[in-house]
Amino acid sequence: MQSLTNRSKVVVKKEMTFTEKMYLPAILNGMRITFSHMFKKSATIKYPEHVRPRSSVYRGQHVLKRDEAGAERCTACGLCAVACPAEAITMVAAERKKGEENLYREEKYAAVYEINMLRCIFCGLCEEACPKEAIFLTDRIVDTEYERNDFVYGKDKLVEPVEKDKRIDVSVRQNEKTLEFKTHSEYGHNQVWDPNKSLKKKSGH
Amino acid sequence: MPKVTIDGHEIEVPKGTTILQAARMIGQHVAPPAMCYYSKLKTSGGYCRTCIVKVTKGSAQNPNPMPKPVASCRTEVMDGMEVVNFTSPDVLEARKGVVEFLLINHPLDCPVCDQAGECHLQDLGYEHGASKTRYDFERREFEKIDIGDKIQLHMTRCILCYRCVKTADQVTDGRVHGVLNRGDVAEISTYIQNSIDNDFSGNVIDVCPVGALTDKTFRFKSRVWFTKPVDAHRNCTNEKCSGNVRLWYKGEDVLRVTARKDQWGEVEEWICNSCRFDHKKTSDWVIDGPTQVDRHSVIGQNHYELQKLKLDTGKQLKQLQEKK
Repeated sequence: MQSLTNRSKVVVKKEMTFTEKMYLPAILNGMRITFSHMFKKSATIKYPEHVRPRSSVYRGQHVLKRDEAGAERCTACGLCAVACPAEAITMVAAERKKGEENLYREEKYAAVYEINMLRCIFCGLCEEACPKEAIFLTDRIVDTEYERNDFVYGKDKLVEPVEKDKRIDVSVRQNEKTLEFKTHSEYGHNQVWDPNKSLKKKSGH
Repeated sequence: MPKVTIDGHEIEVPKGTTILQAARMIGQHVAPPAMCYYSKLKTSGGYCRTCIVKVTKGSAQNPNPMPKPVASCRTEVMDGMEVVNFTSPDVLEARKGVVEFLLINHPLDCPVCDQAGECHLQDLGYEHGASKTRYDFERREFEKIDIGDKIQLHMTRCILCYRCVKTADQVTDGRVHGVLNRGDVAEISTYIQNSIDNDFSGNVIDVCPVGALTDKTFRFKSRVWFTKPVDAHRNCTNEKCSGNVRLWYKGEDVLRVTARKDQWGEVEEWICNSCRFDHKKTSDWVIDGPTQVDRHSVIGQNHYELQKLKLDTGKQLKQLQEKK
């Protein structure tokens, strides 16, 4: 039957010529190609000593941000968990006690916050859903582990360090619009938390 | 029996029916939203102005339109009256303004609030509000007061709908809380740190359209969209209590017990505090079956498509009118 696409090749078993029968020229040609590769630049790199440059918006391991004063931004609202298509995020909320105002930004905070890095597909929807600018994906790669349980990252691995110089910079991930929005003081989550500001009550008329 | 036309739907209703009630008889697609009106509470309504509609024809005798939008929860129908609600861009625009006023002092702390997901103000803001606030003064703040170990009061979130006051008056034996002060410093409070505690006081949690009064035993336990609602009942020893409730499960645990709510977000039957706060085991209840949840509710899927359509028709109508 005639082929419809005309892409198939008909194999013909034809007689080899004298040079083809000798094999040697073909073998030498193959050797030449192989040896020439020894003098070319290698395509692989020595990871982890050397790291290939990644895009600044690469979606790798998550970070839970702190605000300028060092308080955790996450309020356990659960929007990241509900946005997560892989159901990788779980959390348990708790109420902030008196005296913990420097640790947690708002009344409610995540006492437990876990991301299962094996379930996570690094789509970045949690980052998009977050109303408090608390969770961001970074250009770090999730470490390899021996146990499956070790891939469930808790707050110890997710929350960034308090020290200013060890903070993880995510400003490159935010476009100009977001950075401009962050200057709007009428949005509560943009305001810097002030320990001296106390709740005040207006007096009645 | 007066005949009234709302958004093109004609209905015959008994004398003395308000426009809002008539609209609810027609169905959800014409009923205006209501933040303070509560069909189970006498004399409720008339405070929030979210239910405003336009009366384009007063009655058969006097066909003149009413000069301003009217609060549909307080306006009785007349024979031959014609009302527009969602089909009028003016009404939607006016309602947008009302929502903006309601939100002026609202703290917008939905990520922290336990009411988020079943909050009427959230729905209203999503359907009719603007996406951005124009208000950049400091918002109202109050000293926190403790009104007992069962009910949590967040005065900053209150929109002063008076529903809880009327519930306490009409459902419980004696009201101990009320609205103190006037104007922008008005607040829900109890005198001398009195705790709200009698058999039916828990119902103020259910009638609160926002997160001002929430269940303290459920505080920060879970977001509502992670819980599964199940209808259940028990033979309550309190004769005033129906015993028909809704259990909110997370896994095997009953995180909270509420009254059953109808399609208008109003409780069907009042329940007592014993059912609400003290019976949080599956063995206390006879399960009637899973609650029928609207697929387009936050509890159902965290999507808002249906409600969004409503707004779009208003926008399209406005564009059409502008073209003409």
